[in-house]
Amino acid sequence: MATAQIQESGPSNPAVRTAKQMGRFNRWDTPWLNTKLLLGVGIIALILLFGIFGRLFWDTKLALTGKSPLNLPPVGLTTTLGGKLTGTWAHPLGTESSGRDMLALIIVGAPNSFLIGIIASTVGMGLGILLGFTSGFVGGRADDIIRLLSDVAITIPSLLVLIVIQSLLRQVEITTIALLISLFAWPTPTRLIRAQVLTMRESGYVQMAKLSGASTFSIMFREIMPNLIPYLFASFIGNATGAILAAVGLETLGLGPQRIPTLGGTIYFAIQGAALLRNMWWWWGIPTLLLAIMFVGLLLINLGFDEIANPRLRQSSQ
Amino acid sequence: MRGITLNYFLRRLGIFFLTIWIAGTIIWLIPHLAPGDPISAMVARLASRSGFVENSAEIIQGWKERFGLNDSLPVQYVRYLGNLVHLDFGYSMANFPTPVSELINQALPWTIGLLLIATMITFVLGNFLGAIMVWRRTPRMIKYLIPVGMMFTSLPSILAALFLAYVFSFLLNWFPLIGSYDMGMKPGLNGPFILSVIQHGTLPALSIVIVSFGYWTLGMRGMMITVEGEDYMSLARAKGLGPFYMLYRYMVRNAILPQITAFAITLGTLISGQVLVEYAFSYQGMGTVIYNAILNQDYPVIQGTSFILIVVTALAVLIIDLIYPLIDPRISYGAK
Amino acid sequence: MSQRNNQKKPILEVRDLRVYYETPKGDVLAVDGIDFDLYEGETLGLVGESGSGKSTAAMGILQLTVPPGRIAGGQVLLEGQSLLGLSEEQLREFRWVKLALIPQGAMNSLNPTMRVSDQIKDVIIAHEGKTAQKELKERILELLSTVGLPGRVYDLYPHELSGGMKQRACIAMAIALNPTVIVADEATSALDVVVQRVVAQTMLKVKEKLGVSMIMIGHDMGLMAQMVDRIAVMYAGKIVEIAPVRDMFNDPKHPYSRLLIDSVPSLKERKALKITEGITHDPRNPPPGCIFQLRCPFVMDVCRKDAPPMQEVKPGQLVACHLYKANEDGSFINVRDVVGNT
Repeated sequence: MATAQIQESGPSNPAVRTAKQMGRFNRWDTPWLNTKLLLGVGIIALILLFGIFGRLFWDTKLALTGKSPLNLPPVGLTTTLGGKLTGTWAHPLGTESSGRDMLALIIVGAPNSFLIGIIASTVGMGLGILLGFTSGFVGGRADDIIRLLSDVAITIPSLLVLIVIQSLLRQVEITTIALLISLFAWPTPTRLIRAQVLTMRESGYVQMAKLSGASTFSIMFREIMPNLIPYLFASFIGNATGAILAAVGLETLGLGPQRIPTLGGTIYFAIQGAALLRNMWWWWGIPTLLLAIMFVGLLLINLGFDEIANPRLRQSSQ
Repeated sequence: MRGITLNYFLRRLGIFFLTIWIAGTIIWLIPHLAPGDPISAMVARLASRSGFVENSAEIIQGWKERFGLNDSLPVQYVRYLGNLVHLDFGYSMANFPTPVSELINQALPWTIGLLLIATMITFVLGNFLGAIMVWRRTPRMIKYLIPVGMMFTSLPSILAALFLAYVFSFLLNWFPLIGSYDMGMKPGLNGPFILSVIQHGTLPALSIVIVSFGYWTLGMRGMMITVEGEDYMSLARAKGLGPFYMLYRYMVRNAILPQITAFAITLGTLISGQVLVEYAFSYQGMGTVIYNAILNQDYPVIQGTSFILIVVTALAVLIIDLIYPLIDPRISYGAK
Repeated sequence: MSQRNNQKKPILEVRDLRVYYETPKGDVLAVDGIDFDLYEGETLGLVGESGSGKSTAAMGILQLTVPPGRIAGGQVLLEGQSLLGLSEEQLREFRWVKLALIPQGAMNSLNPTMRVSDQIKDVIIAHEGKTAQKELKERILELLSTVGLPGRVYDLYPHELSGGMKQRACIAMAIALNPTVIVADEATSALDVVVQRVVAQTMLKVKEKLGVSMIMIGHDMGLMAQMVDRIAVMYAGKIVEIAPVRDMFNDPKHPYSRLLIDSVPSLKERKALKITEGITHDPRNPPPGCIFQLRCPFVMDVCRKDAPPMQEVKPGQLVACHLYKANEDGSFINVRDVVGNT
């Protein structure tokens, strides 16, 4: 729209608000600077940094059993159950009944949880992209089968099957658990991507590519994929959250990696050690708090992406 | 074409049975993928923990015969499927000779009861809050408070369980910590028993509700915003209809439809969460049974309980799928 | 400002109505001061291209403006009663009983989860209180037959109707309470030509039968010509001309009106299709003076400085254009007819 040779004067009508009066929105108006998204990313970044750089400042061997005095409360507090014990700065967040230091536990445990989430989400989404594309683009029999399977897979509660598998395997590494979880992480991305591919398949630019003789493969990757990136991002975080959730579930039941400290595993030992009744609230409370913060951060990122994708949600919240 | 056609019904039923069959097969297959003889391995593990298993040789032999483990794999598989249909999961290793189905029978009603209550409250509360977040006539204070209450969303339910147990049971002693009813009581339909059940069930139910309702609130809010911008809302306002009627019949009634579809999909996650909550509270449901089975490496129990819970989930999804067309007149289920 | 039509009295009076939309970069002046009267029993057409503000004006008159839009000024009088400033409660007594809307029915205007009958029922009950089911059914069946819909439509859901049927259902709903004024907002725009005709005829029939006053909004001049008594032409938020239909088509005074009429393809003569560009100025910052100045083939210096007032250049025909100058005796001349036009 051409703007004619308009003078700066706003209209004489005082009921009208000009851009100037409404404040400077312009440059900072980009949707990517979403409060929720930034907050979430900030939180997660902090936790990651804490986990990664914590190793430089704190002895991670303290996360192993028998390295520290037992049952110490966090610094500054004193317990009375079972004898007087006072917290010290040597173990600022206390210790648990096997002598593991809480601070070391969470420094090691937090990145482990993230690792599981990232691996499981990546593999799950990789599968999901493959299946979703095939299903949406190729259609026909393949689509029917994939759709059926993903419907079935999404109904089955993953935790239960994971319990069945894990109770047999027992000694596992982080990667193994992550891969097991990713077995259940593919249905949702598959459906999502299939829906998107179906919509885009009929769109103008894809038809153009077809007409100019591009191969199926190149259409998939050069035309459709770039437009899927926002969805993939949002979906990745959602899947990672679900994967960490599943991992924590398994760990709290005692089915997590045995020799490697995890947040959920710490909680398992807390329950086994009757931490609730012994009022050792820091034993289960500190990993719980850290996990809570982690999930809040992930949730915010998810919400932020939602708002970016759907502008109408923005105006009602701000 | 409105309502459920035979075609649709059969298709949905087919998916139900397919789901159960696939789940059952996976559960059967897993131990057979491990090298060696599963039963001897189980007994060996049991022996290594408790020191000695009485008559272990007889147990192993009897088991093998009873369950035809000397036959070839395909034959075993067919027999297994047959057993599944009769809901025969064998015997619990830790509580031999108690059949697995007996353990399930005792625990399942508690799980289903808690499930029904928790999910009903979650769904109704979550969607209700989401709806009033968008309605013009809701007081501002409430609109600001709701997101605060939502901060527990998508936390693992077991964390909420621990927190609630600590604060409201251990510290404040308002609720009991363990079990589904007072130990001394005999189950019966009388006042004191029911009261006890409610007392014991409150914290577990709350744990589930707190971490789940936010998802529905968010979704409903989004749907309500979408609905509010629709043309039929504009016409409804022009018609001068009453505000409560408009909220219900024009907004909620349309916004809730996708929520119901989404509900069917989240049932699996919900049940997983509930299993963990039951474990945390030692609630006498399937969660505790599974946990004890894990501790005791009681594999038949793990198999049986997992399978039954999967059946319950699939059944619930089936029911929702069949009810949905009755509420949404746009769905047509002609043959594909 | 006089609109001489002494036999009838105005049932709806709109004075200096302004509806603005708030955007981060300033207000969009969607409707910027429009005046007109709607007389009892007449049909007034409100015509304009996309973006002219006609739908916004309709929503403003109906008091249905929603954020980010707002009514920034002016007056709307229905039978002498001011509608602005009334609370929702008070407005509800007018809604549908006095002031009804026929929306673009073929779109999403009907609630997808309610039967057609229920949607007509609920507005009757909302305004007349509880009524016997039998009586309701009779009324609705009669309404349906008035618009030419078969009785079986009673039980159907909107997605089971065709576009034309949905539109007629909306008409049936609009007349259910025998309103005084009906606003039809692009009622035929989303339909194909054949169905358009059926619906248009239905509307004419309904108008005759009930004697209702109507404001018809659209962008198809040709269709308008067959349906309305007077036409008001809108451009960029302002009304530039109001005239009886014949006068408008025989002798359009405003240059924009002429553009619109010329653009109607004719079956009789071959003429070059005049493609015009659309609204060229920024609706947040309209030029001072006449809003049409950037597209007007006859623009003069005065047009860039002063906004032209509405003048009644012929009985019943009002124009806002500097081309027309008043003489002492009250008649008007076109300044281009005088020697030395710019």
